[in-house]
Amino acid sequence: MHRSPMAPTPPAPVPAPSLVDTLFQRSLGDLVKFLRADPSAAGESTAVARALSEIHREIRAPDAATKATALQKLTYLSSLHFAPVASHPLAFPAIELIASPFLPHKRLAYLAASLSLHPASLSLLPLATHQLHKDLSPSTSAAASHNVSALALQLLASPAAAAAPDLAAHLAHDLLPHLSRGSPRAIAAAARVIAASPSAAVPILFKPLAACLASPDPRASTAAAAAFCELSAPPADAAPFLPLAPDLYNLLTTSRSNWALIKVLKVFGRLAPLESRLAARIVDPVCQLLARSAAMSLTFECIRTVLTALPAHDTAVCLAIGKAKEFLTAEDDPNLRYLGLLALGMLGPTYVSTVHECRDVIAQSLGDADSNIRREALHLMMGMIDRNNIMDIAGMLVSHAAKSDPEFANDILGAVLAACGHNVYELVSDFDWYVSLLTDMARSLHCAQGDEIGRQLVDVGLRVQDARPELVHSSRTLLIDPALLANHLLCPVLSAAAWVSGEYVNFTKDPVELVEALLQPRTSLLPMSVRAVYIQAVFKVITFCCNSYVERLSDSSKEVAVGLNGLSIDETVSEGRKAPLVSGDEQITVPSMMEKDPFSEKSIIHMIDLIETTVGPLFECNEVEVLERARNLIGFVHLIREVQELKESKVDDDEKHSWVKELVKNMQTVFSQEIGPVSLNAQEKVSLPVDIVLNETLAELDDIVSEDDTTPSSSILFYPRSHGSIENRNEPALSLGSSSLLSEHRKRHGLYYLPTGKTEDEPVDYPHANDPLLPASNESSLDDKSNTAQPVTGGKKLKAVKSRPKVVKLDGEDFLSSMVPSANVPKEDSLSGAVRGVLLDRDLKPSSSQKASDKAYEGIVNKMETGGSSSQWKNNVDAELVGHPTSSSRPSIQPSHEKESTNPLESDGKEVKEPKRHRRSSRGGHHQGKHKHRERHSTQPDVPQAPIIQDFLL
Amino acid sequence: MGIRFVLFVNKQGQTRLAQYYEHLSIDERRALEGEIVRKCLARTDQQCSFVEHRNYKVVYRRYASLFFLVGVDNDENELAILEFIHLFVETMDRHFGNVCELDIMFHLEKVHFMLEEMVMNGCIVETSKQNILAPIQLMEKTS
Repeated sequence: MHRSPMAPTPPAPVPAPSLVDTLFQRSLGDLVKFLRADPSAAGESTAVARALSEIHREIRAPDAATKATALQKLTYLSSLHFAPVASHPLAFPAIELIASPFLPHKRLAYLAASLSLHPASLSLLPLATHQLHKDLSPSTSAAASHNVSALALQLLASPAAAAAPDLAAHLAHDLLPHLSRGSPRAIAAAARVIAASPSAAVPILFKPLAACLASPDPRASTAAAAAFCELSAPPADAAPFLPLAPDLYNLLTTSRSNWALIKVLKVFGRLAPLESRLAARIVDPVCQLLARSAAMSLTFECIRTVLTALPAHDTAVCLAIGKAKEFLTAEDDPNLRYLGLLALGMLGPTYVSTVHECRDVIAQSLGDADSNIRREALHLMMGMIDRNNIMDIAGMLVSHAAKSDPEFANDILGAVLAACGHNVYELVSDFDWYVSLLTDMARSLHCAQGDEIGRQLVDVGLRVQDARPELVHSSRTLLIDPALLANHLLCPVLSAAAWVSGEYVNFTKDPVELVEALLQPRTSLLPMSVRAVYIQAVFKVITFCCNSYVERLSDSSKEVAVGLNGLSIDETVSEGRKAPLVSGDEQITVPSMMEKDPFSEKSIIHMIDLIETTVGPLFECNEVEVLERARNLIGFVHLIREVQELKESKVDDDEKHSWVKELVKNMQTVFSQEIGPVSLNAQEKVSLPVDIVLNETLAELDDIVSEDDTTPSSSILFYPRSHGSIENRNEPALSLGSSSLLSEHRKRHGLYYLPTGKTEDEPVDYPHANDPLLPASNESSLDDKSNTAQPVTGGKKLKAVKSRPKVVKLDGEDFLSSMVPSANVPKEDSLSGAVRGVLLDRDLKPSSSQKASDKAYEGIVNKMETGGSSSQWKNNVDAELVGHPTSSSRPSIQPSHEKESTNPLESDGKEVKEPKRHRRSSRGGHHQGKHKHRERHSTQPDVPQAPIIQDFLL
Repeated sequence: MGIRFVLFVNKQGQTRLAQYYEHLSIDERRALEGEIVRKCLARTDQQCSFVEHRNYKVVYRRYASLFFLVGVDNDENELAILEFIHLFVETMDRHFGNVCELDIMFHLEKVHFMLEEMVMNGCIVETSKQNILAPIQLMEKTS
């Protein structure tokens, strides 16, 4: 589709002869050749430096031609080589040469000025004001003046002028004759001037500019459409442009320029949502364009307009969707495919089914060569997910991630994790499936989402009881795979898996295998923080096994007096199940036997031996977390071993036996308490000290802090914070002294603790996850879990389908979802605020929230509809304007919605604060409003046209 | 404003024309051009011509060894910008006759003048090749 006009031709290095006047001065052509001579970066920069020093000399020459050439070269360098041109050297000669009577010089100077003037050089711009004024005023020789004024207009439309509102304001009147003859340049310049200094320029320029919309010259109307498209673009408010609707409508139905039509459609796209009758009116012409136009750009613009601005008109939307689908299937043109996806993304929730229809195409686009198309397809896919299809889509996406390049694979995984985890797994109903999906994701080739996967694994474990068996099962597959240990990206996942396996060890089928997996040699590859979790998990497993062993023992000991002999115990235990395979063999490592019964003495001895050989060396470890856990574990194991030795030496002692039972039971108790999610609002339970003003000094940090706060982690942070929490659980048993210290601490710093009385009163707002003050003897066994966990949901039980397991959700967690969007409240552009303020004759300050002001405009529009005559409407507006005091901090605009209330202000309680003003406005209503209007002396541009829109719309 | 900037960049990533319709400091320009050029030059023919970059959308098209990049607002019509690029290239082609990179290097001003005729304040104001080229022809005649 591209032709290539760039066939190599000999260069045309002929510089303009008039510029080579000065002897020895290098022309621009020479300079370009000189720069090209040494293409290396260093060579180029020295060449630029040399040229610049020449230019600085030449530009001070009295001779205009020399100066012009120097300026020309300087422009070239600053434009293409980032030459560090200080504002002065370029700006001043440029302005000097603007006054030149010689057109080429003037042209050069204007080019230099429009390319490179910037705020730093604005102090010079007033010098040019007079010259611009002169160039803009019509002179005798028509042709020449045309060119000259074109140049001046060009400068006015450049960014330099936008930064100099004074200049724009001074020259606004000079634009008028050019506007009246419909010069497109004047129209563009007027748009720039209005944008730069709305208060001064709108009264002068708005009306002539609006008149250009109706100009018979297509160039003028096209330029005017573009100008209004630009002026009404967000963040500016489009409402003041509603009165232009009739002219725009004319243009829409009669113009044959696609450029103009596109711009008009854009403006209507902004106006239609403000005024439903307008939407109804433009549907037909837009549909006709959509059906007939051969130009893809116009077709796409129509689609966009229909989908974003006319979603209520079904036939139009259907037509647009049909066209969008055509785009989607354009095999040979990635541009159209991309735009087709974009169009589908614009569809609102009402047309979700349409997006579903295109699922195959979208899924296919996931594998497109273009990353933009893939990303857009992924976006659409995520938008499609709901409770019914989440398993299909997420499964498909995860399997697709395996085939994608690393970056996109992680985009996919991240999106799936975010969608599934959204609002506490709102969409997930089958947690067994989700847990296995999480492990699949972790095993996915390029997975770099370990942190989030690990977090969710633990979180699901904490919140969803029913998912725990599957969770433990999935964790096992992760833990026993030695290949995963070397992948540092998976550490958080392994850490989570180890924690889950330890915490919910009662669901493990084979604890011995688990201990072996947790202590396999390659765990030395793990970072220390993860090893600590592994060791703690081993601790839990061995405690659990010992406990089971002891319990079983005490059951059977009713028959066999005291089974201190290891073998006899083994036999008694296995009696109930099967005959022991190896009876007399004293060997410790007999896997086949242990598979049969993990709670036999032999298994336990095997585990203890394994622990001693592998954890023992960690006493040398210089990482305290690991060291501490290793010591705890070894200490416990030694205690058990002691008993073992006692047994072996046949010291027949009931006490010893009951002592070890006691020990194991106590340990088990320590670990058996339920850990639940911790509410993010826990902090809020801390009452605020009276004398502290928290907002005072930290308010400035809001921006920085809010970014971090949006991370949706609400459960216990597992890594590496969790060490603390797990440790705490040991405290009551291992060091009772610490709890007394803690209570002292509480006494002294009571302020910073949760009020104890309160937590007792309202039974459990959230589970006492790590409360060390609970007595160690609290025998909350696994059966009690439900009691501790269930009340958590409080009144907020999920209305989920029966099949969906209970998901623990804390009261405060709703605010998570509400918090995130509130963080991105769009900031209003101050410029547009000013434009609107002037256009609507209101002093809205930029800080007022966009939403609120939008509502206010809707209110105005509503009034406009109801108002019978234009004057009445005007009065309404005026009342409104007075009604909204300049203090923009007042967010309430409610009264303006009530169409009937002629004096809406008194219904608002807040108004009491400024009683004088309002009373005036309410009593003297219309007169006062008009007076105010005149006082401010701005805007009428749209007000007089109000009747037009009335006629048009009604 | 619709169009934020127009850039010509060759395959080596050297800028051959830069016209901005909003003010950027030299450092900002350098960073912007570097990033955009890196992004666009890495793309293949099978990929679409639109790249999102910061708050811009960059619409680009490649002709022989030159990339024509136009930075636009997010809601600008991408296809229309592609048409604009093509029109621009055709206009230069008509003026220079088989336009090549060197033509643009040695006649940068003329290219700027053409661009000024076509785009003002980020809006396309002129689409007739004849009208675009008229002032330049006049200028050549007088000088």
